[in-house]
Amino acid sequence: MIRRDIFQAIADPTRRGILMLVAMQAMTPNALAEHFDISRQAVSKHLRILSECELIAQKQYGREIHYSLELQKMIEIDQWLAPFRKIWESRFDQLDQLLSTLQHQKT
Amino acid sequence: MTKTLLSDFTIDRESNTIRITREFAAPATLVWKAWTSAELLAHWWAPKPYHIETKQLDLNVGGTWLYAMVSPQGEKTWCKADYQAIEEYTVLSWLDAFCDEHGIENTIKPRSLWTTRFNENNNLTTAHITLVHERSEDIDLLINMGFREGFTMAIGNLDELLMQLNQQPNEKK
Repeated sequence: MIRRDIFQAIADPTRRGILMLVAMQAMTPNALAEHFDISRQAVSKHLRILSECELIAQKQYGREIHYSLELQKMIEIDQWLAPFRKIWESRFDQLDQLLSTLQHQKT
Repeated sequence: MTKTLLSDFTIDRESNTIRITREFAAPATLVWKAWTSAELLAHWWAPKPYHIETKQLDLNVGGTWLYAMVSPQGEKTWCKADYQAIEEYTVLSWLDAFCDEHGIENTIKPRSLWTTRFNENNNLTTAHITLVHERSEDIDLLINMGFREGFTMAIGNLDELLMQLNQQPNEKK
């Protein structure tokens, strides 16, 4: 049983921001903190939550810690949601077609 | 011409809310009509290969849209939407439920409070949909049900494919 809910982890906008940043390249907590208007402590707290959910991994380089994205975990989330999202996409594709047909009829 | 329309899907655990944002290439008046007329809903509300049959649609606060989701095998699942707020072309809100053909709800599915806001800009209409739930477990249940439904859909598509394959002359092996 995981201690933290992964969906709780990605529900927070700051944490989503962190995930976006570390998806580009591995970053230190200091470099990450520069992107947000919150204290370094607050950033550390977010990093801890993301680590506990295994959404990010840390690597030690000398005295520095670099955080990077755990792609596999993100893929898992995506796969879990896929069937649910597919229903919506199917619906909306049909609505797109309907709206297009209706607009052609009018003109 | 294929234009990529904005589409977003997120789950907010803190407020037990599912958020869906989607752009449509049509004015709000038309998108509104597609969401509120039984005749037009029939064309898109059910994900393929399902379709819907509306028994009643009373577009008034306190009114109900009662419809059946019909599977390719003809099995009906009755659903309803109890309208909570209606502001023409702008806001449409309802409380959903599974029910019987008379609209008497059951508790198979947790109820979601749907609120859709329509926002038109340059002939594009953005629909901001939120589904709010009472409990955090409700979302898991919904996702699991979606999973089942998605799976059934996939099976349905497979049936269709197999039928087509069977109709082809099997000269090639």
